Amino acid sequence: MKQDIILAGVGGQGILSIAFVIDNAALADGLQFKQAEVHGMAQRGGAVQSHLRLSSERIWSDLIPKGEADMILSVEPLEALRYFDYLKPGGTVVTSSTPYKNIPDYPDLDKVLGAVRKAGRSVIVDSEKVAKEAGTSKAQNIVMLGAASPFLALKEATLRSLIEALFKPRGPAMVEANLKAFELGRAAAGPS
Amino acid sequence: MARQVLLGDEAVALGAVHAGLSAGYSYPGTPASEIMEYLVGLAGKGGGFKAAWSVNEKVAYEEALGASYAGKRALVSFKHVGLNVAADPFMNSAMTGANGGLVVVSADDPGMHSSQNEQDSRFYAQFAQIFCYEPSDHQECYDMAREAFDVSEKLGLPVLLRLVTRLSHSRSSVETREPRAQNGLSIGDWKDWTLLPANARRRFDLLLSRQAEIARLAQASPANALTLNDKDRSLGVIASGIAANYFREAVAKGGISPSFLKVSTYPLPDKLVRELVAHVDAVLVLEDGYPLIEKTIRGFFGIPGKRVLGRTSGALPAAGELSPDIVRQALGLAPLPAQGLSDVALAGRPPQLCVGCPHADTFKALNKAREGYAQSNVFSDIGCYTLGALPPYNAIQSCVCMGAGIGMARGASDVGLRPAVAVIGDSTFAHSGITSLLGAAAADADMTVIILDNGTVAMTGCQPSYGSGERLLRIIEGVGVPKEHIRTIEPLPKNHEKNVQVIKEEMDHRGLSVIVAVRACIQESRKKRS
Repeated sequence: MKQDIILAGVGGQGILSIAFVIDNAALADGLQFKQAEVHGMAQRGGAVQSHLRLSSERIWSDLIPKGEADMILSVEPLEALRYFDYLKPGGTVVTSSTPYKNIPDYPDLDKVLGAVRKAGRSVIVDSEKVAKEAGTSKAQNIVMLGAASPFLALKEATLRSLIEALFKPRGPAMVEANLKAFELGRAAAGPS
Repeated sequence: MARQVLLGDEAVALGAVHAGLSAGYSYPGTPASEIMEYLVGLAGKGGGFKAAWSVNEKVAYEEALGASYAGKRALVSFKHVGLNVAADPFMNSAMTGANGGLVVVSADDPGMHSSQNEQDSRFYAQFAQIFCYEPSDHQECYDMAREAFDVSEKLGLPVLLRLVTRLSHSRSSVETREPRAQNGLSIGDWKDWTLLPANARRRFDLLLSRQAEIARLAQASPANALTLNDKDRSLGVIASGIAANYFREAVAKGGISPSFLKVSTYPLPDKLVRELVAHVDAVLVLEDGYPLIEKTIRGFFGIPGKRVLGRTSGALPAAGELSPDIVRQALGLAPLPAQGLSDVALAGRPPQLCVGCPHADTFKALNKAREGYAQSNVFSDIGCYTLGALPPYNAIQSCVCMGAGIGMARGASDVGLRPAVAVIGDSTFAHSGITSLLGAAAADADMTVIILDNGTVAMTGCQPSYGSGERLLRIIEGVGVPKEHIRTIEPLPKNHEKNVQVIKEEMDHRGLSVIVAVRACIQESRKKRS
């Protein structure tokens, strides 16, 4: 088993929280993993991506070679498109449809979503709407993790327990909202 | 013992702690900051060792050296350019030697993700003539950090451990082992540590006499591994650090298996290198950094009958970080089929100042104040405010190294540029700006220094700043800046007009002024609230 995932979004959208859940779920489920992330100057409101590799065998490179990614999981639609050169032909894209417009030349959203749909499989979720339903608009990252979860080589129960572990320090209400966000995101991805 | 999820930086830190660390020191800098973040976290949970952010890398190095003098194991960590700041004690610590184990971690940034150059710290180890490790993965980060203390104590010398961004900031699981106890106190011999010429000559002879032992240890490291292919002698590959992973990634599915030497220690394991080179017709060198290995083995005259390929031969790009894709190409493997980019124009999304950042208000006021002058001479520095170089601010004209802005403004002013303005953050000022300001104050140089006091080291994740608030004002007054030309502004939109006026007045003043723009970093404020 091997699964290579590009996590994408904008600095501050909680990409590293998604990575925390998947990394630790991989450890719990007995898989090897490597996850390369971006810190420092690149983080300030800029494009952020993380290469996340899961495998039952030894993983060599921290970076995913172009053409090897099984999935792009993005909290922002333009950011999903940015890494299509990493995606395998026929690969899966799970992305939010909510644009993050902190730049003057953001392209036409319909064109962006149209290009996303050209992937082998595309799952587009209105993460803002779903997160609000779950009780906090901050949980868009966990909504997207939920939407990707049917396609991840990880147990749903393990993912849920790590979401609990991640938000436990912020109180039971946050745990509940994020579990709800995960569940609604998973449902929004459609029947798996 | 246990498997833990760790960043490469954290694996190094934990390896050091388990080696019996007594003290760790650092100054923040991407990609090394997480080493000390992790140590500070462990120390706070009753780790039983000292872990502290220092005022700058030179100070951090000297603090670690003092702990080593006292017989204890010490770690000092910083980003690659931090080693430039610490170069004086670093070079001389190879002369004094280490009493307790001393490990220097320098995290390079090939590709310049968050840096002004991509200098390669392995050259510093060569320069100081000390042992150097270059781990390729997280387990090696942990294991080599532990082992580095043994090597340091065995040789009586500091050991350098070189990281790169992609390993520092990659997470994986690491198998840890039982920690060992710290050293007791044991004081170094004053004659070894007092580098008067007579002592220094004796110490240098000793350093030179240890080179054979250093080379023997480097050669013997099991982390260097040679695999020879007897069936195909056309190509051999030497790869160091994470470049070895890119090579293995490529050959795992490439259907090729060239002879291969993985290099993890320096000085280079010369016997293994000779064995590989003798075995093949051409050698491709893969190293994420400058072409140290490539140039060493090619030398001035090359190797008769052999081809040496790498960054200088054109087989790989001369600049930038390596990647699995670049290495595939250098091995003659075709790119993998990919979905490919769409035809939608991918608008760039560069990093920017946070919404509500105090620096933004200072830059707006500064730009307005400068409107009356034909020339723009704003010399700035390293920090979030370097983003002021980009639109919409376009407010600064230089960023060179920590503290350079004040010195450069002084030099430019000395030769006739006016107005000369320096913009520097509070922590960068404490790091390397105080001495330049002291000189400028003594001469009453015709320049205006704006210190952005947001009370934290924001860019690297809000580490403590030691020159902020009241203490900062006392420092400025203490170095001799005239009191009437020390002004304080609060960078907020509502104070814009007032702030423009203050900056204009001080730019018009023919002499030294310091304006302190005081408002807390909004990231730091958020962190405190949560």
